[in-house]
Amino acid sequence: MAKVIVAMSGGVDSSVAALLLKEQGYDVTGITMQIWQSDEPVTGACCSLDAVADARQVAWKLGIPHYVFNFRDEFKSKVIDYFCDEYLKGRTPNPCIACNRYLKFDSLLNKAIAMEADYIATGHYARIMINESTGSYMLFNGIDNSKDQSYALYALTQYQLEHTLFPLGSHTKEMVRKIAEEAGLPVSNKPESQDLCFVASGRYGEFVENYGVKTRTGTFRQTSGKSLGSHKGIHHYTIGQRKGLGLALGHPAYVTAIDPETDTVWIGENQELFHNSLIAENVHYISGIPFEKPREVSAKIRYSAKRVPAVATPLEENRMQVDFKDPQRAITPGQAVVLYDGDQVLGGGTIYSVGQ
Amino acid sequence: MKSVYMDHSATTPVDPEVLQTMMPYYTEIYGNSSSVHAQGQMAAQAVEQAREQVAALINASPSEIVFTAGGTEADNQAIITYMTHKRQKKGRHIITSAIEHHAVLHTCEFLEKKGFELTVLPVNSYGLVEPDTLKAAIRPDTALVTIMHANNEIGTIQDIKTLAHISHEAGAAFHTDAVQSVGKIPLDVKELGIDMLSASAHKLYGPKGVGCLYVKKGTAVGSYLLGGAHERNLRAGTVNVPGVVGFGKAAELAEQRMPQTTEHLNHLAKVLTEGIINNIPDSRLTGHPVHRLPGSVSVVFDYVEGESILLMLDHYGIMASSGSACTSGSLDPSHVLLAIGLPHETAHGSLRLTLGKDNTIEDVNYVLEKLPPIIEKLRMMSPLGK
Repeated sequence: MAKVIVAMSGGVDSSVAALLLKEQGYDVTGITMQIWQSDEPVTGACCSLDAVADARQVAWKLGIPHYVFNFRDEFKSKVIDYFCDEYLKGRTPNPCIACNRYLKFDSLLNKAIAMEADYIATGHYARIMINESTGSYMLFNGIDNSKDQSYALYALTQYQLEHTLFPLGSHTKEMVRKIAEEAGLPVSNKPESQDLCFVASGRYGEFVENYGVKTRTGTFRQTSGKSLGSHKGIHHYTIGQRKGLGLALGHPAYVTAIDPETDTVWIGENQELFHNSLIAENVHYISGIPFEKPREVSAKIRYSAKRVPAVATPLEENRMQVDFKDPQRAITPGQAVVLYDGDQVLGGGTIYSVGQ
Repeated sequence: MKSVYMDHSATTPVDPEVLQTMMPYYTEIYGNSSSVHAQGQMAAQAVEQAREQVAALINASPSEIVFTAGGTEADNQAIITYMTHKRQKKGRHIITSAIEHHAVLHTCEFLEKKGFELTVLPVNSYGLVEPDTLKAAIRPDTALVTIMHANNEIGTIQDIKTLAHISHEAGAAFHTDAVQSVGKIPLDVKELGIDMLSASAHKLYGPKGVGCLYVKKGTAVGSYLLGGAHERNLRAGTVNVPGVVGFGKAAELAEQRMPQTTEHLNHLAKVLTEGIINNIPDSRLTGHPVHRLPGSVSVVFDYVEGESILLMLDHYGIMASSGSACTSGSLDPSHVLLAIGLPHETAHGSLRLTLGKDNTIEDVNYVLEKLPPIIEKLRMMSPLGK
């Protein structure tokens, strides 16, 4: 009987993932990764003590062993530090990708293998398939397009895919809730987590400041170069942002660029946010084999963006240029660009710069 | 699957003989021990008999025993009511040690926040408070010294007699949390010179939710729970008669069985400790090699995490514990292991196997068969190097 370790957050998705695996006959063990402990009581966040208690309740209900693992130090060094650093560099990080890459599918997987498990499993809505002719593992989005989480999984390696199960890939959120309800899981009515687990307030800039890193204020400038006064520090802003700028120009104003060297936040019109191309760095290919020549793909520039037609051209030093068929709004350095062929994830990289 | 319980410092099973003694006090003699009628008097008699049994175990007078709902409550009562008692005029300074159970440590810190002064003594690498350290910390206004008898994690037994003597010479009262030692090693409150002592029934094959505070006659201790004249005005609330009866019986049995249980546990612990230390590289015993609780085997392994060890042992039916228990809501490595000078990473790789009277040499051999490959495997995968 294959042994699986399920990462259980105490939410509906990972609870149902554990249930499905149990029904499929796996030897299932639940693990809750304790990754962050905030001084403020964060309810609904995946790392609160309440969440641990919820996960245990579900595990007991399913009759599987459950343990709590301490990942706090690693979460701090691999996710929180990166999160703050990126903001200070004028970029907008995606901590979920870092958490998947370094914690769930690296540290947790290693522990699971050490504990003689064959697989780890999570409640991600994504699918893994094997290409029978090449023996290579392929990653696809989940069938529920509203819950597709393949974007945050683009950095998985062949080894990781070989040892991972996504039991919810062929389910919709609605189906998952129904399964949870029918099984009487105590978490079936839990609300969806909406924000980053460690910044429940959604105020990222404040989080960076409270975390104790040194921040500086700077100047808002219009594209013409004209100063519009001072701002709270570049870590408070992201490309395309309109709200919370505190500017009254008589017309909508948007953040169009952030310059960490001079602490300048550039302000402009909506049409200035549209660009035709980007350069990505640290490009990862799911197959492990880089593109040899330009390839038509559909590309997604942030978790909430739609996939749009583009051409991906491999560059030296593990970089890539992505040219879009139509201009894209608010391409944001620090976010990931993920490349698809239909429903299949081909790979992706971190957006480094924006062209034209 | 084989099931081996080696977590007796966490709790012990209720001895069948103890349970049998308790049973009539649920359904037949169910009176409130404060009631005047026959039921009440029968219950009261049982409580007084239990008080004698518990007192005998530690050479106290029965009137010096206050039954509580456990060791934690006894610790809270001793420290808080002594320090705030109107007859306590010595001062507002408390001394404790860095390896206390949180029932003591957090209580002292609570008082510190309320304006009392607190000194937390360091311990040496064996977990012992050195007499000179205490001497140097005592001040004219030190009212209370509270140092545990035996440590729950590393098993080290303190030289309580010397520490109590130093405290008394300076005019301070001495309290000891003896939750881990009562019933396991000989303990004579008069011989050791203890003013207050906390104990718990479930560590000595008695029921959970019962404990006691020994208060030497004349010591300025008050009631911690208000609302009744129970326990000679020192603990309000209806007495847990079946629990107390069980505690009494457990105390009696512990005293009777101590010589042979100690011999049995010492033998098993020796085989287990040597088996681990000799067969697993980079492993070592924590706590004092000689002055330690019978059956307490606490070890650390470099390059592994305790939580992973526990999980794998649990997989094989071996129930143990570690200094860093995440389920308790605490993520930090044990304050005890840090206090004896272990680095953060090593403190994370701790394992505590605490043997009990029902463990056998087969149990020990089973652990010795399963543990080395687990450690080897975890080290191979460890992010901590090696």
